[in-house]
Parts: sequence; C-alpha cells; structure tokens
Amino acid sequence: MVEVTAQYFAAFREQARCDREVLATRSDTAAALFAEVSGRHGFRDSAARCKVAINGEMARWDARLESGDVVLFFPPVAGG
Amino acid sequence: MSFEISANAIEPEALKGRLAAAGAGACVCFEGWVRNHADGEPVTALEYETHAALAAKEGEKVLAEAKQRFAVERVDCVHRIGHLQVGECAVWVGVTAAHRGAAFDACRYVIDEIKHRLPIWKKEHYASGATGWVNCATKVAG
Repeated sequence: MVEVTAQYFAAFREQARCDREVLATRSDTAAALFAEVSGRHGFRDSAARCKVAINGEMARWDARLESGDVVLFFPPVAGG
Repeated sequence: MSFEISANAIEPEALKGRLAAAGAGACVCFEGWVRNHADGEPVTALEYETHAALAAKEGEKVLAEAKQRFAVERVDCVHRIGHLQVGECAVWVGVTAAHRGAAFDACRYVIDEIKHRLPIWKKEHYASGATGWVNCATKVAG
C-alpha cells in the first residue's frame, strides 16, 4: 500500500471533478494507478495515447510508485 | 533559440524581428490560427491549457533538436494558452537559416513535434454550445 497524490489535467480534471486527490492504493506502477483512476472516474483514453509525469518529470508507465509521489496524468495532447 | 508559453496575444511581426542574423538568407515563419470549424462543426472559440513547466522543458528540447538536425541560425516558438477567439494566433514558429531548405524543414519539424509532444490541451467551443477536448474520448454536450 502506498499513499500518492494523483493530479488531473484538462479533460481528466473535468471528468474527475477535481484537479488532485490523495489515494491510498495497492497500484504499484503508474500504469496500474492510471487503470484504477480511469475505472473510478470513467476516463476512456488508453494509456498509450496519454502521458504520465511523476514528481515533475515525464515518466514511463512502468515506473514504480512510492509513498509521497505526485503522479500527473495527462490526457491526449493537442497543441498547435 | 527560445520557447515560450504566453497568456498574451502573439505578435508575429515583433517576434520575427528577433530572428535577424547576418548569416541568414532565409526566414520561414508558421502561424497556427484559430479557425471557425472542426470536423464540419462550427467553432466559436478555443481554450488552451498546459502544464507550463513541462511544456517549456519539452519545447526547449524540440528547438534544440531542430538546431542539431538542420543548418539553422535561429529557431523560436511561442504557444498561446487561455481563451482564444476565431482568427487569433495560437502558435508561432520562426526560423532563419543560410538557405531556404533548412528553414522550411526546421519549421515543419518544430510545429509537428510541438503538436504531438507538449503537454498542451485544446478545448473547442462549438456554436451549438457543446465543448470538446481535441483528441480525447469525451465531448460534453451544451
């Protein structure tokens, strides 16, 4: 069990109806946590189309989570 | 070389002035504008959101790659955030180079990479009152 903060942006923030939440979770990777919060909030974009950052740095989906991590979930981007 | 996220209107002429270089024989600028339609639906405005720190970091990386890959003198980019009306400039890329080939190629490279890699999100506001985050699975009815 780890305690992490999940942060949501753009479409994810609107769907989750909050920009962050503290979670006590058994998810031990960014991908597992994304699947967990996707189920809870109804996110329908696959991880392959999204990006994740941990503690202010872009991260891989297989990154391990530790207590205190701040995990940023980015929906599909659309600059320009 | 500079990348900037801006909440203020982009002024292409002023930005172009910064590109001057004595060794430059070509200047290529790209402006991305807010258009009034998307997939056949009338659009009234766009809203851009970003994670500023990570967008700046990735943006600088893209510009550095362009400098490394192409023989350019200068390459700059500014991306707007906030609420934009139809006709406003949402993104500007400017490149100077000794020759036009490198200037065109670098400009194309920068805008393509910016669109795909930076944490920037675009919400379309439709004439119907509905909104939609571009490239995302959800669209909210108005």
